[in-house]
Amino acid sequence: MNQPLDTTNSEINDYLKSQEQKGMLRFITCGSVDDGKSTLIGRLLWDSKMLFEDQLATLASESKRVGTQGGKLDYALLLDGLQAEREQGITIDVAYRFFATDKRKFIVADTPGHEQYTRNMVTGASTADLAVILIDARKGILTQTMRHSFLVSLLGIKNVILAVNKMDLVDYDSNVFNKIVEEYNEFATDLAFENVTPIPLSALAGDNIIAHSENMRWYLGPTLLSHLEDVQVDEDLEDKPFRFPVQWVNRPNLDFRGFSGTISSGSIRVGDGIVEPASGKSSTVKDIVTFDGSLDVAYAGQAITITLNDEIDISRGDTLCALQDRSVTADQFEAKLVWMSNEELLPGRNYILKIGTNSSTARVSALKHKINVNTLEHTAAKTLSLNEIGVCNFALDKAISFDAYCDNRKTGSFILIDRFSNETVGAGVIDFALRRSENIHWQSVDINRKARAEQKGQQPAVLWFTGLSGSGKSTIANQVEKKLHAMGKHTYLLDGDNVRHGLNKDLGFTDADRVENIRRVGETARLMTDAGLITLVSFISPFRSERQMARNLMDDGEFFEVFVDTPLEICEQRDIKGLYAKARAGEIKNFTGIDSDYEVPQNAEIIIEGGKISVEAAADIIIAALTEKGII
Amino acid sequence: MSNARLSHLRQLEAESIHIFREVVSEFENPVMLYSIGKDSSVLLHLARKAFYPSPIPFPMLHVDTTWKFKEMIEFREKIVKEYGLNLLVHINPDGVERGVGPFTHGSALHTDVMKTEGLKQALDHYKFDAAFGGARRDEEASRAKERIFSFRTDTHRWDPKAQRPELWNTYNARVHPGESIRAFPLSNWTELDIWQYIYLEQIPIVPLYFAAKRPVVERDGMMIMVDDDRMPLEEGETPEMKSVRFRTLGCYPLTGAIESTASDLPEIIQEMLVARTSERQGRLIDKDQSGSMERKKQEGYF
Repeated sequence: MNQPLDTTNSEINDYLKSQEQKGMLRFITCGSVDDGKSTLIGRLLWDSKMLFEDQLATLASESKRVGTQGGKLDYALLLDGLQAEREQGITIDVAYRFFATDKRKFIVADTPGHEQYTRNMVTGASTADLAVILIDARKGILTQTMRHSFLVSLLGIKNVILAVNKMDLVDYDSNVFNKIVEEYNEFATDLAFENVTPIPLSALAGDNIIAHSENMRWYLGPTLLSHLEDVQVDEDLEDKPFRFPVQWVNRPNLDFRGFSGTISSGSIRVGDGIVEPASGKSSTVKDIVTFDGSLDVAYAGQAITITLNDEIDISRGDTLCALQDRSVTADQFEAKLVWMSNEELLPGRNYILKIGTNSSTARVSALKHKINVNTLEHTAAKTLSLNEIGVCNFALDKAISFDAYCDNRKTGSFILIDRFSNETVGAGVIDFALRRSENIHWQSVDINRKARAEQKGQQPAVLWFTGLSGSGKSTIANQVEKKLHAMGKHTYLLDGDNVRHGLNKDLGFTDADRVENIRRVGETARLMTDAGLITLVSFISPFRSERQMARNLMDDGEFFEVFVDTPLEICEQRDIKGLYAKARAGEIKNFTGIDSDYEVPQNAEIIIEGGKISVEAAADIIIAALTEKGII
Repeated sequence: MSNARLSHLRQLEAESIHIFREVVSEFENPVMLYSIGKDSSVLLHLARKAFYPSPIPFPMLHVDTTWKFKEMIEFREKIVKEYGLNLLVHINPDGVERGVGPFTHGSALHTDVMKTEGLKQALDHYKFDAAFGGARRDEEASRAKERIFSFRTDTHRWDPKAQRPELWNTYNARVHPGESIRAFPLSNWTELDIWQYIYLEQIPIVPLYFAAKRPVVERDGMMIMVDDDRMPLEEGETPEMKSVRFRTLGCYPLTGAIESTASDLPEIIQEMLVARTSERQGRLIDKDQSGSMERKKQEGYF
């Protein structure tokens, strides 16, 4: 390794030195199969020597076997990495490709253009600085061009290359190009782009990709590659206010307490003031620590560890901000939400919301409208299904700090996770904080729940009866209430059918309405426990997630989930209200157990085997359980 | 999202550090798969950076197939000592008992038993809920679509069609008991980035990457180094001393050498710049058929 350098070696050393200055650009390509997107990426990879002979040999044999280009090289096969995709000739997921020139390394997110894959395009666009939107010169601007442009703008990409491809097929006619550009600019005025660069090209023939085309002398702008090499993106990232989401508290010993993370925006110097907006605590930077030594100043994008001059309580999920320009703290905001799951969004249901390093529980408190990605029209909606985009109000279980997405793509974006399947079901970009929550303060009252309960000589509690229709919930609840009443206890029974005649009479039986139904009943039960009552709730409550939501509203030890576990056959046999017969006949839709799911409780405090024991015996079991827990 | 001030290597470095810190913050019991190769060397270097001044807060795991190059094992021991690493070595005992090896059982079965099965045994035994690996998206087509946080079922399976969408640098780290993720901090690095970074940061790597005279035989179009006397020579085969080096390292009978005189990093990088074959060309394991890596990965291979 320590040989004397010869001439070639010093050349390579110069090369390596220059590589240390090389920048990076992440971009996304949008277009459908026919626009020549794969050919374009294939060409960029080939021209920048990122395709090797063995890969080319594999490509040649694959092209013959499953190619769609009549045995000629099918570049799409290079990009379609999964066997299923190659066999079906479609691209089903985001793939990342890499190539480099002397000036920049490029990371290309390649995403399919079909409508049903909005999810993938949004994923690819989330990390991109620039979008290449491909248009077939023969076809001009299509519905999908608008869709791609809208999604690119939604994800905050400011720089767009309008790549008008297949110019060779329109005789390199400048009029065709100019007309497309004019039409596009008119449409794009509604979108938040800062810079749209139209380039006429032919990926197949190589026109204006790397070298200026002899066939289009009328075009004086940059070639595709030279624009990709030179375009400036995120120029103002360092000038934005300092944001530093804390990832990890670095504590090797008692003398060192640092906060590790990556700077989202702005810069920080030793001595600068910082504040954690949720708590309002502030301090000054003592040191910026890295493996390669301490820094005086650090900039957006750098992964560092900060130590402070004061011992303040900071942990993962907090965001350190510039003292004079801190992010917003609120527990409600409006956001645009892209739905990514086959299971539809249920407003009112609790999801995990992860923004940066911070996780909280959140629900959609209002779904204002959805946006049609093809026409940009707004339509009213009760839910969102896969690939739909909605404007929603969110309510969180705690105040968190964030920025609007248009100000900061890192601190203004979040993902939603289903609490049971753990799937990532949605992605959102925040529009603005809703301050309503801050203006309604809790009214403090002198007589509290403890005083009320003591006066009644009891502990408040909620008995939450869940089970199929006809399982015997209400009958058993009724019997329990009679026994409690006889013991001199103060109770109230909230029955599903009865509540639907009044409080919830505006709700139907869709999944979304069922969630809202349970939310209201949960809140009502909470008011009643506040009043010191033992509250019996008898609701089918088919979803685990909403039962958990109701549980979370009560104090520890107050909530008793009573699962009346009566087999469907027995419930259907009983069919006291004749509902099963109607559901089977198709007269009632979304009937639990027939065409709507019942999610069996996993941690019920009390399980009653409904088909096996009498109502009296069931009531005794429940009374015994309450006695044992000291409620009565 | 890029920053003009940071070079591409510094941006890649920061992204990898971010991934390391996310995994350590969100999981109970992470581990790093240490395969001794150049990518593992870079991964290890980044892990040290991510947690400094704290020591690396997780152990290393080497799934040893017993067929690694001797120099790899020597290098491993040296590094462990130098950095004070907590290294766990696992060898599949069933495989050893049945005498599984590449010459007697073929490359596919050997890899399946000693690598994939061995890895699953170790992950189950220590109950790791996250495992760092050095895989890169430029290596192979199915890897190009794999997430940075790649979900595995409780039987270690990967389902390429049901991957979680991954946006911004916000990672979904939620798993049920028994399930796990594989985390890939080097996802966005290319082979050239790796070499340039090794050069820039002067990261130690196994000497087999540098050209030297080594005993090799040519077999099935590949140059195999005769690393010990377990290699049965076929008729007409005599080991020849040739100046060779390796672009990737694995089990010596399955890893092809290339003829080269590149004996330092600049020379290796120079060779790379004019190379017309990909690094995986030297690996028998990928060659069975296209889609074979995807299948192996579904079954739990890294």
